[in-house]
Amino acid sequence: MEDEIVIRVENVSKDFILPHDKVTTVKGLFTGISKVGQKKIKEKQHALKDISFEIKKGEFFGIVGRNGSGKSTLLKILAGIYQPTRGKLYTQGKLVPFIELGVGFNLELTGRENVYLNGAMLGFSEKEIDKMYDDIVSFAELKRFMGQKLKNYSSGMQVRLAFSMAIRANADILLIDEVLAVGDEDFQRKCFDYFRKLKKDKKTVIFVSHDMNSVREYCDRAAFIEDSKLVTIGPANEVAKQYSRMFIDETTNNTSKTSETRWGNGMMMYTSVMAQPEVLSDQSHIEIYTTSKAKQNLDEIMLGFVIKDSAGQNILGTNSQLERQKFIDIKKGDEITVKWTVPNIFSDGNYQIDPAIVLFDGQVCDWWEDAATFTVAKEDHAPYIVAPKINLIKLDK
Amino acid sequence: MQKFLTRYRYSIILLKQLVKTDFKIRYQGSALGYIWTLLRPLLLFVILYIVFGVFLKAKGNIPHYPVYLLLGIVLWNYFAEVTSGSVAAIVGKGDLLRKINFPKYVIILAGSFSAFINLLINFVVIAIFMIIGHVGLTWQALIMLPLIAELYVFSLALAFFLSALYVRFRDVSYIWEVIMQAAFYATPILYPLSLIPHRYAKFLILNPMAQIIQDARHVLVTTKTETIYQVYGGDRLIWLIPLGISLLVVILASSYFRSRSRYFAEEI
Repeated sequence: MEDEIVIRVENVSKDFILPHDKVTTVKGLFTGISKVGQKKIKEKQHALKDISFEIKKGEFFGIVGRNGSGKSTLLKILAGIYQPTRGKLYTQGKLVPFIELGVGFNLELTGRENVYLNGAMLGFSEKEIDKMYDDIVSFAELKRFMGQKLKNYSSGMQVRLAFSMAIRANADILLIDEVLAVGDEDFQRKCFDYFRKLKKDKKTVIFVSHDMNSVREYCDRAAFIEDSKLVTIGPANEVAKQYSRMFIDETTNNTSKTSETRWGNGMMMYTSVMAQPEVLSDQSHIEIYTTSKAKQNLDEIMLGFVIKDSAGQNILGTNSQLERQKFIDIKKGDEITVKWTVPNIFSDGNYQIDPAIVLFDGQVCDWWEDAATFTVAKEDHAPYIVAPKINLIKLDK
Repeated sequence: MQKFLTRYRYSIILLKQLVKTDFKIRYQGSALGYIWTLLRPLLLFVILYIVFGVFLKAKGNIPHYPVYLLLGIVLWNYFAEVTSGSVAAIVGKGDLLRKINFPKYVIILAGSFSAFINLLINFVVIAIFMIIGHVGLTWQALIMLPLIAELYVFSLALAFFLSALYVRFRDVSYIWEVIMQAAFYATPILYPLSLIPHRYAKFLILNPMAQIIQDARHVLVTTKTETIYQVYGGDRLIWLIPLGISLLVVILASSYFRSRSRYFAEEI
C-alpha cells in the first residue's frame, strides 16, 4: 500500500500559442486565410518540456522553481485545469480541483453565503456545510462578520475565511500553492499547523513553493523545475540545496548593483565594505572590513552595521558603542579601517550588509544599504532564521 | 437514479449554488428587485401593444391580442435571455476556470435555469392576463409542456454553442446581437403570420422559435393562430423540420462545446 503510485506524469509537455498571434476576431480568421502565400508567424511558448515523475501515496511532494519556470503550469495540469499538449497524466484517487484559496468568492455576497458557494466549489452540499458551518466560522475567527458582505472584509479576513474552507476539502490528493502561506504571522502559524497535520495524517500533498525552508521541513521529495524543464528530482533536502545554490548565485549578481541606496550628510563616508569570505559554508566566523574617510573634523563618531537576509529582515546588527570602542577627535582626511568578526550563525541564504556612520547627536553621516553581500550555504540545514553551531553533550542521568 | 446522483453530484451541488448566487446578485442594489423580472416584459409589452396593436393595428383578426402578444414576448424574451446571456458566460467566469477544474457546462446550465425560473414567474402574469381576458383553457394547453421542453433544449443548445464560440471569436457577441434583432422581426411575435405573403411565411415558420411561439398561442390563447400545421396545409410531418433543426443544433452545439471545453481555461 505504501508504495502505491497515485500520480504518474509521463513525458508531459505544454505549449502555449502566444496571445498576440491568436485569432480572436472573425476578420482575423479571414485575413489569415487570405494571406496564404505569407508564412504564418506562430510563436509557441514551451511552458513545460518533457516532464516525468511519480508520486506515491502518502508522500509530501514539493515542486520548486522560480516564477515563470513552469511550476504553476504543471500544477494546473495536475489539477486538470490545463490539458497537456503531449504526454500523459494518470491520477488515482480524488484530487482537490482547486489551486487557489477562496475560489468563486463573490464580493457582493455575505460571508455566510460565500461559505456555501465556496463549499459547493469544494464539492460540499448545503447539508454538509450546515454541519461544519460553526467550525469553519470559529476557525476563521469571523463570527461577528458572517452577515456582512465580503467586500467589507479586509484582505486578511478573506484569506482566513478561504483557508478555513480549504482545509475542509475532502480529497485524497491535495495541491497547495505557496499563496497559502501569506497573511500575518498568526495566520501563517495556522497554515503550518495544518501542513503538519496533513503530514501526520499521511495525506498525499503536492506543495509548490520557492521557500526552501518550508520545502525542507515538510516535503519528503521534491522536483526542481527551471526553464520549463525538470532539473532535479530527489530528496527534498538535496533539491532545496541545489535550488538555493542556483537562486543565491543569481541574486548576488543582482543586488550588488541594482538595489543600492545610500544617504547621510556626508561628513564622513565609507570608502569600502567587504565580507571575508564572500561564500561561507561551515566556517566559524565571517570577517567584515569597513574603511571610512572623514571629510571634515569630527569630535566623536559611531560606526555600525546591520545584516539583513534576502527578505530584508534584520538578522543582527551592532555598533562601536555597543562593542565598547570609541572613535574620537577625528581630523579631516583620516581613514578608519575596522575589522568586525561575526560568528557564523547564519542559515542558508543571501545576506546584505548595511553599514552606517552616526554622530553622537544622532545625525547620520552615511547610511549605505547593501554595501556588501555574502552567501551562506551550509552542509546541514535547519529551517530557522539563524543556525548557530550548537553543542550537544550527553550527560549521565 | 442513485447512480446518476452520485456521478453528477458535484455538478448538481455547483448548479444549485450558481443559480442561487445568480438570483441574489442579479437585482442587488435595485429598489424593486425581483419585481423587475415581471416588470421588464410587461413594460415591453405595453410599448409594443401601443405601437403595433393600437397605432399600426397589426393585430388583424386575432382575438385576445394582448395575451397573444404577451405570450409571444415572454417566450421570445426567454430565448433572448438564455442565448444572449450565455455568449459571454464562459469568458466571464474565466477567473474561476483558471483556478478550479469543474464541469464547464454547469455555467451554461445555471444561466438557463435562472432564465427558466423567470419564465415560470412570467407565466403567472400570463395566467392573470388570461383570466382578465376571459381566455378559456382547454386540454390542449397540456401541449405547452412539450413546447416548453423544445424551447428549453433549443435555447440551451444555442447557448452552449455561442458561449464556446465566443471564447475563440469575440465578434460573436456583436454578430449575435444583430441576428437577434433580425430574428425578432422575422418571427411572428408582433404581427399575425397572415400579414406575410404566403411564400415568405412558409419559410419563416420553419424557424423553431416561430413554430414554438405559434404553437403555444394556438394551444393556449386562440385556435385562430396560424401554426406551421396550417401554413403547410395540414401536413403533420412538417413539424419534423423545426424539430429536426432543433435536434441538429443540439447535436452540433453539444459536440462542439464538449470538444472545446477542455481548453477553455487556457484560451480565455
